[in-house]
Amino acid sequence: MSEKGTGIAIDAAKLKEIEKIIEKHKNEGGALIPILHEAQDLLGYLPEEVQKMIAKGLNISLAEVYGVATFYSRFKLNPKGKYNIQVCLGTACYVKGSDKVLAKIEETLGIKTGETTPDGKFSIESARCVGACGLAPVMVVNEEVYGKVTPDMVKDILSKYE
Amino acid sequence: MKSLEELNEIRTKTAEKLGIRMGKQVDIGKKNILICCGTGCTSSKSPKIIEEFNKQIKEKKLEDKVEVTKTGCFGLCARGPIVIVYPEETFYTHVKPEDVTEIMEQDIIGGNVVERLLVKEGETSDQIAHKLHELGFYKKQMRLALRNCGRINPENIDEYLAFDGYEALQKVLLEMTPEQVVETMLASGLRGRGGAGFPTGRKWDFARKVTADQKYVCCNADEGDPGAFMDRSVLEGDPHSVLEAMAIAGYAIGASQGYIYVRAEYPIAVERLKIAINQAREYGILGNNIFGTDFNFDIDLRLGAGAFVCGEETALMTSIEGKRGEPRTRPPFPAVKGLFGKPTILNNVETLANVPQIIINGAEWFKNIGTEKSSGTKVFALGGKIKNTGLVEVPMGTTLREIIYDIGGGIPNGKEFKAAQTGGPSGGCIPKEHLDTPIDYDSLMAIGSMMGSGGLIVMDEDNCMVDIAKFFLEFTQDESCGKCPPCRIGTKRMYQILERITEGKGKEGDIEELEKLAQNIKRSALCGLGQTAPNPVLSTLKYFRDEYEAHIKEKRCPAGACKGLTKYHINPDLCKGCGLCARNCPVGAITGEVKSPHTINTDKCVKCGLCMSKCPFKAIEKK
Repeated sequence: MSEKGTGIAIDAAKLKEIEKIIEKHKNEGGALIPILHEAQDLLGYLPEEVQKMIAKGLNISLAEVYGVATFYSRFKLNPKGKYNIQVCLGTACYVKGSDKVLAKIEETLGIKTGETTPDGKFSIESARCVGACGLAPVMVVNEEVYGKVTPDMVKDILSKYE
Repeated sequence: MKSLEELNEIRTKTAEKLGIRMGKQVDIGKKNILICCGTGCTSSKSPKIIEEFNKQIKEKKLEDKVEVTKTGCFGLCARGPIVIVYPEETFYTHVKPEDVTEIMEQDIIGGNVVERLLVKEGETSDQIAHKLHELGFYKKQMRLALRNCGRINPENIDEYLAFDGYEALQKVLLEMTPEQVVETMLASGLRGRGGAGFPTGRKWDFARKVTADQKYVCCNADEGDPGAFMDRSVLEGDPHSVLEAMAIAGYAIGASQGYIYVRAEYPIAVERLKIAINQAREYGILGNNIFGTDFNFDIDLRLGAGAFVCGEETALMTSIEGKRGEPRTRPPFPAVKGLFGKPTILNNVETLANVPQIIINGAEWFKNIGTEKSSGTKVFALGGKIKNTGLVEVPMGTTLREIIYDIGGGIPNGKEFKAAQTGGPSGGCIPKEHLDTPIDYDSLMAIGSMMGSGGLIVMDEDNCMVDIAKFFLEFTQDESCGKCPPCRIGTKRMYQILERITEGKGKEGDIEELEKLAQNIKRSALCGLGQTAPNPVLSTLKYFRDEYEAHIKEKRCPAGACKGLTKYHINPDLCKGCGLCARNCPVGAITGEVKSPHTINTDKCVKCGLCMSKCPFKAIEKK
């Protein structure tokens, strides 16, 4: 992690919010994870600057904050795309071919799972189980759920977000 | 804060109103439309259906005649969104927002069922099921843990109260000693539904006997098995049953604080739990001096953050403490030294959902359901290659065949059943010859699988068993927390071997190497997840060894699923030489003269399958 962090400026009002979040949970047992959740809900990811604030606020080392943030797959250290695509790779979706849907999306967008397109528009994630197994295979774009997806449908779905 | 009298009044009043949902022949001059708002149906737009009904009811000024209620999961997710109209109990499936007008005019106002939206079972369309309980899907089921799912509005505590809600807690606090509660749980034979099947009563007994200034009750709602959604459905459909059970557990062991550790990936469940906790606090059912006794108990939520290992009990507690969710060595067991170093019990959602019923109906009643060593029922999330995907609850001892064929409706598209996978990444694949095994903890263990939390994924002839084993090992090696080397390094090595086998690069001795690694990991990994991680490989090796051998020795995938081992070729007898395949091939691997059979250069071919999908003459074959 570089000293300058990600280089994206975070707006001051949001930093104030983060201060408030830290203050609210500070004296609870196990405060770190709830704080990380709320900070990420606010910013979409956990920039280094914010991790430092949290470390200071809880009087723990940055290494501990970073260690926890990287242990859990839900916490992101980099911003996601405007449209975040999740493809479910839970067992029910996998046996019905969701890996082929994922491959098609990667091919169409020219990026790999875990990456964001250079224009910041799309990012791809694999999900463990969305829980909509009745609709398998499932892909989710932001909050919108698409069920019974085949590789042929990928192009049409993505074109809605162009 | 409500007094006991006030609570009883709410129960009676609400029960009168809800009598039509219990099959009682009461005429309250009202229709009640129930709409599933579980995750599956919500994903297929059930909230829009509610909105549409409410809009039309308002427009037609029918507010006094019709009520719309959102509920949890009915179980038949494959046919969602689901709408039920009471008092007739008419069961509509695949309902779209556009269908609302027809249901309103024809059924609600006209009194005639909309036949088009009913379930047609069997091959002929004359077997139409009008009502919920007429469906084959429900006939062999017994809903205890799911008793309120699809029956009550999970966001309304009054509806829970109307169906015996919080009566068990009342009975425990006013009539029973903590010892009696533990004895009841022991006598019921209830075993943990999270996977391992440890007797719940014994867990409670250990924690009760330890003296401490503070103890904790935790609920494991970190349902991490891919393809499993039993606990989520209970939380979404009946959150109060879990809160009630946790308070009962708190009284039994002497704890005043509970934590529910729930996946952040379950936003609907989290929201409904929050609502339920607030309502229970408002009514004085959580908080201080519950029901006028000196018993205090409150519950807080902790959100998981996407780490599979946190389903392991010690890892879960470490995570609640705000740290990396790594398991701890046992002993000391959590019942002695758990969360924040205090005696703690951890029970899974489905286990807890059974508790209030056991208190109300007695241990004997529960003991008589299921088999001798596994009493009660089990909820399964039925998924994969099966017609009726969804949530089912059956008495222990029901056979796999009954679940897959009688309830699940069998395999779609005329394909052949190959295996059922239970127990998620810790479990195994069960082949055809064991379809008649009665399902309980011990018999599943005996055939190399395990009960697990209840994911049940069905696979057909198109699924390659080596690929499935690879899928699970990819999962475990990725989710390994990294604390102990057998799991961190061992599962990775197993995955690499499986990867090369499925790519056609397997070599003599790979199977033996897999077996050796598996035994070592089983013996030496720190936690239960590591120790069971090799199970998917061991069980597929046990029943489908020939598939492994075909991959290694003949460089052939019998199911045609492994891309590295499939070859495309053009059948010259069927090819008309139209050139469509050659024009579509992204790598220019297909060549040939117009009007004469084309050929594929297998060295160039990237096996994308595009040619096969484009060929109008079905001349391209995969081998």
